[in-house]
Amino acid sequence: MQAGVTAGSTAVALDDATVAFRLAGNRVYTAVQQARLNVEHGEFVAIVGPTGCGKSTLLNIAAGLLKPVSGSVRIFDAPLNGLNKDAGYLFQADALFPWKTAIDNVAIGLETSGTPRAEALERAQSWLAQVGLGAFGNRYPHMLSGGQRKRIGLAQVLIRDPKILLMDEPFGPLDAQTRQIMGNLLLQLWNADRKAVLFVTHDLEEAIALADRVVIMSAGPGARIIGDWRVPLARPRDIMEVRMDKEFHSLHREIWSVLKDEVLKGYAQSAQAPAAAG
Amino acid sequence: MSRLMLLVCQLLVAVVCLGLWQLLATVPIFGHMLLPPFFFSNPVNVGSQIFEWFSTGVIWKHLAITLWESILAFAIGSFGGVMVGFWFARQPRVAAVFDPYVKMANALPRVVLAPIFTLWLGLGIWSKVALGVTLVFFIVFFNVYQGVKEVSKTVLDNGRMLGMSEQQLMRHVYWPSALSWMFSSLHTSVGFAVVGAVVGEYLGSAAGLGYLIQQAEGVFDVAGVFAGMFVLSIFVILIDIVVTIVERRLLVWRPNAGEARG
Repeated sequence: MQAGVTAGSTAVALDDATVAFRLAGNRVYTAVQQARLNVEHGEFVAIVGPTGCGKSTLLNIAAGLLKPVSGSVRIFDAPLNGLNKDAGYLFQADALFPWKTAIDNVAIGLETSGTPRAEALERAQSWLAQVGLGAFGNRYPHMLSGGQRKRIGLAQVLIRDPKILLMDEPFGPLDAQTRQIMGNLLLQLWNADRKAVLFVTHDLEEAIALADRVVIMSAGPGARIIGDWRVPLARPRDIMEVRMDKEFHSLHREIWSVLKDEVLKGYAQSAQAPAAAG
Repeated sequence: MSRLMLLVCQLLVAVVCLGLWQLLATVPIFGHMLLPPFFFSNPVNVGSQIFEWFSTGVIWKHLAITLWESILAFAIGSFGGVMVGFWFARQPRVAAVFDPYVKMANALPRVVLAPIFTLWLGLGIWSKVALGVTLVFFIVFFNVYQGVKEVSKTVLDNGRMLGMSEQQLMRHVYWPSALSWMFSSLHTSVGFAVVGAVVGEYLGSAAGLGYLIQQAEGVFDVAGVFAGMFVLSIFVILIDIVVTIVERRLLVWRPNAGEARG
């Protein structure tokens, strides 16, 4: 059940990382407790857990946006200091620059690292085509649908060719059909060069359909990693078809038996102590 | 309602109002004038006064001066507002120290500053520009300050993860956000620039629309006062149209561009 760890190629390694926030009145809220997680090079890992369990916190540590109070983060075996420059981050909320057109939003990731504008725009155009929005380059984000904005976001992150991809419920706000289409698009793009992916979701089915490994977190506060499963489904996969697979169902049942208790616990806790959960 | 119909109705309002005004100011009703000509003049006299100003060309000099003062007040006030707004938003300590003084200065009715500015800067355009600046500055300042403070944290984090340096964040995130807030208050700040110029002229000057109105009032020339008011309204409407066009162009990226107001 525990995934094997090969030294030397670990893209993201969290070693007993603990994250705590100081609340009003000198109370301390521990979001994540001693998380130990390895993402190998080229591996697609999905993190699933009840709402508010600190999944996003885990991503923020890996991105270097947050610092753990204890434990450490290693990126390709080097300790992480400051921002994780090898990572691309697809946020849950809308993160596009509303004052830039779609193509400028995609090109900016190259321009920041000194690529001449003409070249950046050219490559941005080809990325827009890859996410199926080649004709929408001059639209502003508010003129695009939620799904289209997520595609632009994906192109914006991938154009920098990050070695690690961090995704925080990226398809959360989309409708079911669009989610499946986006999932297939993601798998298709990922298949081209197999980056290390850390994908956070609350949807267990989505996690199994997409990932090589599914990691389960317990309900917060002080969320821990309580399970780690390999997904034995063959690649390339089609999200809609893979859900019909027998192995998919047995794995889903197995993981759900663990996850269910945590989800219930999570609900109970958020009902009891709204202040601490905030 | 169709566009043509709307236009006809709008014109009708003007015709009815002007007609009533003309009627009540020239025809006695039950042996007594409801709008005594000494206090109300009448549309024909006001119109001929406006016609005279334009036909002799005297008005252009005054319009040009008021316009120039407004533009300077807007430009200087906006520049200062953007700079200080940015500075305060990025340096919370500085903002905290100056906070009570900013509030105090903003609470002061700006008209009382006019005599001081006249004393310091003379009767020329600069005392009017200064008055306009004090009005424009605070509007732009508060908007830019808000704009920089309210940049979405996700957008900022996204910028950082996309490899932006502090300088690039400034240029691609803080700056557009602040400017969008400033532009959304464009109508208000341009309006105040004109108010500053005209009030300044009214209180003491040698040229400008405010001067024209004040001169007419000084000799109880009510037609002149009304004529000045009409020219001023048209002037402000024209400026507002220009602002709307500029705003549409600058805020295309916003939902409901052009409808946003501060």
